[in-house]
Amino acid sequence: MAKVVIDPVTRIEGHLRVEVEVDNGRVVDAWTTSTLFRGLEMIVENRPWMDAWHYTHRVCGVCPTPHGHNSAISLEDAAGVTPPPKARLMRNLLECAQLLHDHVLWFYILNGLDYVDLVSALSAKTSAPTLLAVQARLKAFVDSGQLGFLDNGYFGHPAYKLPAELNLQLAAHYLESIRVQAVASEAEALLGGKFPYHMSTPPGGYSTVPHQDQIDQYEAKVREVRDFIDAALVPDLLAIAPYYVDQAAIGLGHGNYFSWGVIDEDLQGGDPYKRLFPRGAIIGAHQGNLSVQPVDQEQDVREWVTSSWNTQYEGGLHPWQGITGPDFTGSDGIAEIDRNGRYAWEKSAHLKGVPCEVGPLAQMLMAYLSGPADHLAKKLIDDTLKAVGAEGNPTVLLSNLGRVAARVLKVKIIADKTLDYVAQLRGSMAGGDMEFYTPVPDNPTGQGFSGWDAPRGSLAHWSTLEDGKVKHYQIITPSGWNFAPRAGDGRVRGPVEEALVGTPIEDVERPLEILRTLHSFDP
Amino acid sequence: MRLLTERPLSRRDFLKACGTLAALMGVGQSAVPRIARALEDAAARPPVVWLDFQECLGCTESMTKSRYPDFLNVVLDMISLEYSEALMAGAGRQAEKNYADTVVGQPGKYVLVVEGSVATKIPNAMTVGGRTSVDIAKEALTAAVLVVAVGNCASFGNVQAAYPNPTGAMGMLAFMEQEGIDTGKLIQLPTCPVNPVHITTTISYFLTYGKVPPMDQWHRPLVHFGRKIHDECPRRAHFDEGRFVEVLGSAEEDERLCLYKVGCRGPHTYADCATVLWNNRANWCIGSGQCIGCAEKDFWDELVDFYRPMPGVAVPGFGGIRADADTIGIGLAAATGVAIAAHLAVSAAKGRLGRNEDQVVIEEKEE
Repeated sequence: MAKVVIDPVTRIEGHLRVEVEVDNGRVVDAWTTSTLFRGLEMIVENRPWMDAWHYTHRVCGVCPTPHGHNSAISLEDAAGVTPPPKARLMRNLLECAQLLHDHVLWFYILNGLDYVDLVSALSAKTSAPTLLAVQARLKAFVDSGQLGFLDNGYFGHPAYKLPAELNLQLAAHYLESIRVQAVASEAEALLGGKFPYHMSTPPGGYSTVPHQDQIDQYEAKVREVRDFIDAALVPDLLAIAPYYVDQAAIGLGHGNYFSWGVIDEDLQGGDPYKRLFPRGAIIGAHQGNLSVQPVDQEQDVREWVTSSWNTQYEGGLHPWQGITGPDFTGSDGIAEIDRNGRYAWEKSAHLKGVPCEVGPLAQMLMAYLSGPADHLAKKLIDDTLKAVGAEGNPTVLLSNLGRVAARVLKVKIIADKTLDYVAQLRGSMAGGDMEFYTPVPDNPTGQGFSGWDAPRGSLAHWSTLEDGKVKHYQIITPSGWNFAPRAGDGRVRGPVEEALVGTPIEDVERPLEILRTLHSFDP
Repeated sequence: MRLLTERPLSRRDFLKACGTLAALMGVGQSAVPRIARALEDAAARPPVVWLDFQECLGCTESMTKSRYPDFLNVVLDMISLEYSEALMAGAGRQAEKNYADTVVGQPGKYVLVVEGSVATKIPNAMTVGGRTSVDIAKEALTAAVLVVAVGNCASFGNVQAAYPNPTGAMGMLAFMEQEGIDTGKLIQLPTCPVNPVHITTTISYFLTYGKVPPMDQWHRPLVHFGRKIHDECPRRAHFDEGRFVEVLGSAEEDERLCLYKVGCRGPHTYADCATVLWNNRANWCIGSGQCIGCAEKDFWDELVDFYRPMPGVAVPGFGGIRADADTIGIGLAAATGVAIAAHLAVSAAKGRLGRNEDQVVIEEKEE
């Protein structure tokens, strides 16, 4: 048995420490520890209610847009405000740009180096002028002797399987994706002011009116990103998948999935079961149960603090009653953890009494299994299963391979749908509908909820207002689900802890395979 | 598909980039040859360590959106990014080696970029590699040749330092003063997130002139933080003429009238957002939204109630600058007269107004 600690886990948002126990070349147990606490839920209390969305927007700078949207929608719910349909459309457009940016960035910059050996790319034989130029540039960089952020990578590790030529192709797209993800963020800025942290969707809807040139530029930038997705991202996924089919048997996890849903198709009522990625839960997929169940946020969601450095309470609490308060009991610097006690800043969210995995895989599963018959998810997933030789067997997707594939296929759907939403916006404005905002009450009192998925999974905000001030506020981020520490009476592992179990590991000094499982969740 | 990445910057592109940098650095085009020499003659690209403490990664995100020059050119051609948790190929022990090789191995040789605040009251609310942010910051700040605090978190603690500041979040200026670390090498770039233009110009200035640029008392470069948003705002003419947006998302907003009455903090905020803009000059907050004052210290406590107008601004049409102007301030005058005076007194005492004090409009007239 060997203890392996990875701290910091890199190429993620936030700060994460992971400890695993390895036996006979496989992970047999795991503990995930978030090592950052800021206390935004405490800070937003007693603030003017309209301001709250700016504070809670700041939870995440990689996925700020859905935090902004959830906060605004939750506050609208508490204040009894219904945003106009066009505001929902504008939120769609902002969210789509966020997703285009996020998933491209994730595939290449955050996740790519787990599968692509940049050093091997130097020895690729190619006659393509573009690839030769990229190769020369990489070589000049390496020859400079200043490898910088690429220094001490895992290049040469036996778990890298791609031929040199494919490594070079992916390396070229890795470099190019840096520009492409910036273009996607420029699209968001055109309608939101800037990215990260757009400014245009406070409670009540969309606070400005888009001008023609903004919409034109937005569309042009989305088309540019879509071209890259069609010409590089999707082909790259299909090209590398056959070399990494082993990943279909790794990172299996609990087999529980859920999504709040994201991107409104029902612009009048915002029905979450009609979203482009619809709301739903699957409990027990590894036991063959792939039926999609509805989610009742009041009945089904509980947060535990069994293993958390949080003010302790009995059992699990619904977020409207939730308590956030730092109570650190660990070792200095979190150099060591108490595996049987409290070992993380993160709380543990459970759905219907069990830990649940969230993210693009869950979102795509809900679309695949409960979306309309013509949903693009069905065709894309079926085609991909065929490409990896698993036709008609979607259960191979309940794995690291599935998480990687789901992100890529999802962003392909988003890229196409975004252009539909642009056309919808042009059409309604041409038809004279200029209602973007509904005035809001001055001093509302009430309870609010919004569940609207972030790129990396289920995200929800719960707010309680009293006389126009925030009385209570709770957020459950995707990490609150995926990176939950052990919780409940049985101290059941969190989803990532469970998914790490069984991960093979060739060299405990260079734990590349663990990073693959971790990055498949996009922490 | 044509790849931008096919080639490094050509000579022509490079000089163009230097020209852009010169303009953004506020040093004039005559400095271009000097900037070019500084960026290309160095024997090696300058090592840069980018540390993340209590943050949201939004500043790293923002930096990767740089287009003057492209972020790719920054990391391949301009600097040697030795450590960045967001980008490094290695993790854990391998990542720690990158840190040690530079911070311990090359003291006095590296530029330190800090994203995020240090947790001083609950040190274990922020740890990396088995050490608290307090420990790491002391070591890395002391040995750096230049410290660039990016974003409001690293500068002033930002939202996590807002009341009641549960973790004791602290920005670099306060932290370095507390720890007795030389603040002469500190530059702060406190918007939320940082504007990547501010980073590329700041580092270029340092590489060209070997010193920090002229700064205010908060260590903000004057070229970027020396003027009020309000004074450079394209909506300013509407303010002067008394034409205001009364309702968000309305026909008045469609005309891009002034946002003061719906809460814009442009009159209270010193930054060059109106001229530099954001995301490859796509837009800025006042273009689609409003300003909440994110370049300022403690704006989450001091500039709040973001959707109501802030007192302390002389508004045309209020007090007779224009007889036909809007009726802003009816009912506001008596209530805010005292509040305004108090606010300014507090601000002056804290030094918030700083060297720009004479530019702040403090005129306020009774009806």
